[in-house]
Amino acid sequence: MLVAENITKKFSGVTALDNVYLELHAGKVNAIIGENGAGKSTLMKILSGVYTDYDGRIVLKNQPVRFQNTKQAQALGIAIIHQELNLIPYLSITENIFLGREITNTLGLLDKKQMRSQTLALLKRLKLDIDPDTKISSLKVGQQQVVEIAKALLLDAEIIIMDEPTSAISESEVEVLFDIIAQLKKENKAIAYISHKLDELFKIADRYIVLRDGKTIESGDMQGMTHDSIIQKMVGREIKIVRNSNTEKKSSGLLSVNNISLKQQSKKDDLLKNISFSLGKGEILGVFGLMGAGRTELMETIFGLHAKHASGDVVIEGKKENIQSPQDAINAGLALVPEDRKKDGLVLDLDIRTNICLTTLSDLQTMGLLERKKETALAKKYIGELRIKSSSDKQPTKNLSGGNQQKIVLAKWLATKPKILMLDEPTRGIDINAKNEIYKLILQLADEGLGIIMVSSELPEILAISDRVLVMAEGAITAEFAANEATEDAILKAAIPKII
Amino acid sequence: METAINRKKYRQTISRFQSLIALFILCFVISLLSDKFLTATNIWNVMRQISVNICISVGMTLVVLTAGIDLSVGSILALCGAITAGLLKNGIEIPSHNLYIGFTIFGAIITGLLGGSLLGWFNGWAITKFKVPPFAATLAMLTIARGLTMLWTKGFPISNLGEKFASLGTGWFLGIPSPVWISGIIVFIAIIITNKTKLGRYIYAIGGNESAATLSGINIKKIKIAVYTIAGALAAVGGILVTSRLDAAQPNAGTGYELDSIAAVVIGGTSLSGGRGSVMGTVLGAVIIGVLNNGLVLLNVSPFWQQVVKGFVILIAVVIDKANAKE
Repeated sequence: MLVAENITKKFSGVTALDNVYLELHAGKVNAIIGENGAGKSTLMKILSGVYTDYDGRIVLKNQPVRFQNTKQAQALGIAIIHQELNLIPYLSITENIFLGREITNTLGLLDKKQMRSQTLALLKRLKLDIDPDTKISSLKVGQQQVVEIAKALLLDAEIIIMDEPTSAISESEVEVLFDIIAQLKKENKAIAYISHKLDELFKIADRYIVLRDGKTIESGDMQGMTHDSIIQKMVGREIKIVRNSNTEKKSSGLLSVNNISLKQQSKKDDLLKNISFSLGKGEILGVFGLMGAGRTELMETIFGLHAKHASGDVVIEGKKENIQSPQDAINAGLALVPEDRKKDGLVLDLDIRTNICLTTLSDLQTMGLLERKKETALAKKYIGELRIKSSSDKQPTKNLSGGNQQKIVLAKWLATKPKILMLDEPTRGIDINAKNEIYKLILQLADEGLGIIMVSSELPEILAISDRVLVMAEGAITAEFAANEATEDAILKAAIPKII
Repeated sequence: METAINRKKYRQTISRFQSLIALFILCFVISLLSDKFLTATNIWNVMRQISVNICISVGMTLVVLTAGIDLSVGSILALCGAITAGLLKNGIEIPSHNLYIGFTIFGAIITGLLGGSLLGWFNGWAITKFKVPPFAATLAMLTIARGLTMLWTKGFPISNLGEKFASLGTGWFLGIPSPVWISGIIVFIAIIITNKTKLGRYIYAIGGNESAATLSGINIKKIKIAVYTIAGALAAVGGILVTSRLDAAQPNAGTGYELDSIAAVVIGGTSLSGGRGSVMGTVLGAVIIGVLNNGLVLLNVSPFWQQVVKGFVILIAVVIDKANAKE
């Protein structure tokens, strides 16, 4: 049905896809498997015409194609159902399904009757018994997904890409979805199915393609595969830095977190369920989990960002801290390097110096006026120590490389002289050299006595530098390993949600 | 390669001074067309006229830098002018307690300023406490403050406030009109605040990236409330200046001033989405608008055409600013 060959895609120097080969077969569910950052989403975005500048070629039904935009991909029969659904909440089902391809009568007015009856037929085919005039906002997520699928069917899509379709829906909705997928298979559609949940793949997938670090590792029939054999293909990377922790590290005494829970607005299920752990001086605690496991929420909760909905205690050096806001957290000696440095870490319009000094302005002023000299000195100190490559401290942060931006965020937090440094995905989207520099830095900081919590979805880095590993799944801690007990298989097993 | 870099630098320099260049060209053209333009009387007159807009626009700049907007400044200006005038002229009478409180000029002005700060504070409080969009909250205040002005003045001007009070708006000090002194001092302080203080730095950080600012431990609510309070207080300064210059508080004073001040901010290169811009830019923007108004009057252009021209100038300024931001 569709073959993609030698697909390579780079983002400002970082290779996201490297010579990927992919086949999608008609009448089959083709599972695309890989860890976060393996390149699954990038690949799907190329197939659906979102990214148009890539190397390699795509052959659709023996015809080489190159999409210029998503509309073209749709016209040729490729539909994608994103993890975040693209529906307009205040419009009805019919209006959403026909958005951009409304049927009009000879007067140029909307032919509502015609559209409504076609929608009704589509919903019937998908066994969704709902009035087509219902507004999207009053549907459940699972039902909205069905509407997305109906939209794809209206386009006569022959290839339907589903990105993590079960991540936000309930068990019974999953069953409905699987029935629909089975039916689509009968209609000879090719389905590309992206999911972390191995159990569900065994239920519905016919073929698998494993991606790792932007490369195709292997593909084949799902039959005869086991949990373990797939996990092995997903991981199994070489490890560049090995920690020689010759000094005995204590695993408590600096920080202890007791029974942290986080309620979710308007949902029964808690985002974090009764989480407790401890951290010692100079210890590096790795926190692993797949997307949606609640790792970021845990860091944010400890940092006082969700004070209204959270419960539990944070005790630092034996003193119970009442952390209601990031200010309180900083005063208590915490620092958080957030997951998305562009969105939450940097003020991109401001220069390096201003960004680095943002957390410690109170120390840089006399009589209420900021002292440029002190600011410059502080910025230069960290530019030197962290080896931030820049022409001057007055360079805007907008155009710096990911690695340098990350170092600036790190600098801004080290300036607060924290006792505990929380790093959320510290090496996401940066190149391998910058990664190694960041690892060295983390190790050095730990040796200086900082307690470090490193959240990551990259197993090799977790294994390489952690003294201890916590594994999270679905808002709870599912396992804890000492560095010498931790293996990739064991960690990944504990991280995979057991929904089905 | 080298020439490319030089050209880029050259372009950057031009973009930095583009408002200034535009102002010079504008002055040059007007002075060719009218011999009244470059006379001392006219220049002082223009400066006196724009000083009110400068006061308001400085506050507006701070608000817009945080990615907010303040539509209520015109009404606050009217209300605070009226409060000051009313207190000065009539004081407060409470017949039931047989009480009369008279106000000195100083006391009346301070009360007017406090009133403006309070209304501005209320804007900030509503915006941060209930997460009302600044546009809506200050639109509400626009109506509220105008209504309060009507109540306070009963719909009639409060005039004959005495020569001493009038000298604030019409007088001279060391050869320069007093309103120019006042707006100049405000601009000076605002430049210090934006460049040299924590508050200023936080204003830019919040406008540039609110979530990064939150994570950096900045108390967003406090800063925003402070900014709207300052905007309210500066609107009150404008109100007092207007009242003093006319020797009367008009109930409909300041109508549409919020638009002039937003125009000054935008022409001055401050981004409406926050985080980028400067007080000095706004001052230039206000001067450009003032000179343009004055020029069009001197050239006998009909007031209706003046508005059309002003609108296009705003549009052009934003288009140029967008083009610069892309580079």
